[in-house]
Amino acid sequence: MTAPTSTRAGGPAASRSAPGRTRGEGAFRYLATGAGILVLVIMAAIAVFLVVEAVPALRANEGDFLTEVIWDPNGSHTFGIAALAFGTVLSSLLALVMAVPVAVGVALFISHYAPRRLAAALGYVIDLLAAVPSVVYGLWGIVFLVPFITGPEGFLNEYFGWIPLFAGESVAGRSMFTASVILAVMILPIIAAISREVFLQVPKSHEEAALALGATRWEMIRMAVLPFGRPGVISAAMLGLGRAMGETIAVALILPATFGISFQILTAQGNSIAANIANGFGEATPIGRGALIASGLVLFAITMVMNMAARLVVARRKEYSGAGA
Amino acid sequence: MTAIEEATPIQHVSPRRRLTDLVVRVLVYLAFAIAVVPLVAVLWMVISNGLARFDIEFLTHSMRNIGARDAGGGAYHAILGTLEQVALSSLISVPIGLLTAIYLVEYGRGTRLARSISFFVDVMTGVPSVVAGLFILAFWILALGMPFSGFAGALALSILMMPTVVRAAEEMLRLVPADLREAAYALGVPKWRTILKVVLPTALTGIVTGVMLAIARVAGETAPLLLTVFFTDSINEDPFNGPQMGLPLYVFDQAARPTDTAIDRAWAGALTLILIVMLLNLAARLIAWWRSPARSR
Repeated sequence: MTAPTSTRAGGPAASRSAPGRTRGEGAFRYLATGAGILVLVIMAAIAVFLVVEAVPALRANEGDFLTEVIWDPNGSHTFGIAALAFGTVLSSLLALVMAVPVAVGVALFISHYAPRRLAAALGYVIDLLAAVPSVVYGLWGIVFLVPFITGPEGFLNEYFGWIPLFAGESVAGRSMFTASVILAVMILPIIAAISREVFLQVPKSHEEAALALGATRWEMIRMAVLPFGRPGVISAAMLGLGRAMGETIAVALILPATFGISFQILTAQGNSIAANIANGFGEATPIGRGALIASGLVLFAITMVMNMAARLVVARRKEYSGAGA
Repeated sequence: MTAIEEATPIQHVSPRRRLTDLVVRVLVYLAFAIAVVPLVAVLWMVISNGLARFDIEFLTHSMRNIGARDAGGGAYHAILGTLEQVALSSLISVPIGLLTAIYLVEYGRGTRLARSISFFVDVMTGVPSVVAGLFILAFWILALGMPFSGFAGALALSILMMPTVVRAAEEMLRLVPADLREAAYALGVPKWRTILKVVLPTALTGIVTGVMLAIARVAGETAPLLLTVFFTDSINEDPFNGPQMGLPLYVFDQAARPTDTAIDRAWAGALTLILIVMLLNLAARLIAWWRSPARSR
């Protein structure tokens, strides 16, 4: 590297003239930076264009968008998000209540109970569960689960009908309950996968310390694993909630597309924002399309907030950096 | 001293504690069993019901002039549409995703821009698929006045694919040892050529795995296609003109028709879709396993 001639003869890169090198370097750098900025632009554009296309419909709205229960943008130009948002939140929360305990159990099984060789294979099985397309779950739901679930629903209605949630005159397969069960099945893998990863990051010394003090396996988990993994499990649950809220096709196939606010989850009623978009898009007028876009904007806002909150919970403890989906 | 020897912990776990431990163990095993039941049930039903119509006619014919009650018909138009849409969306999202990952790992480390990009990539993972479809509907079709087409569907799918590609590529690029980069710099190789000739080839298999998992994920998406590709029963080979079909859309369409022949077609479509997705998944994992450090070194 002392004599310029020997450098020239050395590497292929060195034989290039300096301006050419910096030009290539600069171009590539701008290209990479531009791609990164494009991600930010896309996120901004999603919000901007949804607002732009929703405004004409919102101007034509005869009702109050936030409180109106009826959704009839095509005919009477009266529509509101209330019933849809209620259905979205209720079905997702029910799904979360069903999925989280099972998912934590699955994660514990893979991280602390199953034999190590088996655990890796079981992890793959759970990942495969996540790979099944949602429309397949929807098809399974409408062909198998809807007729099947009236049995368990009847049981709940007869013996636990005194709980308002399970009350109602008659039970139906196409109910909020069925939709929640399907959603629970669909969000279980992601919650289980993230929880598993967090549980595996618990410092071995904590676990061994607990065991050395004479703790049983459960006491070790309660004292060492769960406190350490709690933020991870919480953020996993929030990510699952966001996914359940955005799930479209399975819910669209199952729910009967009625509009109303009712806590009687066993009866044939309920709808969600995403399902309503899928069901209503085909026969929507321009105003109807705008109204659906407006409802999509609400969904986008809700899921954005959920996801940001979940990411912030994770980001607060840097140890979980590998736990993202 | 004798007191400690008597209190050997293993023998003196009280029955109550031992019972709690046992109950939790049973619950954990039960949770796993509960989680596996739906997977087995779904796969079994898809295979057993799907095989009824999974034949040559199904794979080579479209639904043109076939009503919901008619037997026959197939998903050729949908399979073709899905392949074209997924290929187009990969062409869009893989270069952008890869370049973004390169920026995050090689150029932007620690800067505020990189941190915000990284954060929004995470948030983007959570964008509901139906919202991605609505965005392309609002932007491409309503605002720009473009027609419903396979390409519009590909745009929507690429929004869903991009964050997955960025995350996978980023993770793999970070695994490339700094020694390799420094060795290249020491030889006088400029940074961009180091990235192209040294870093990317080293991380290539990992990135390919990530991309294939991302493809498998978007191949099954229905909602964005519904809003951007629309429906057709005929074969449309041109993804840039006119409505196309996609396999998930086909399943959704047939499942919503209340006749047995339509439901049979839906199951066969679901079987085809699962086969495609699972093959992609398996191939991705095989590549990852084949090039894993434990084997190749």
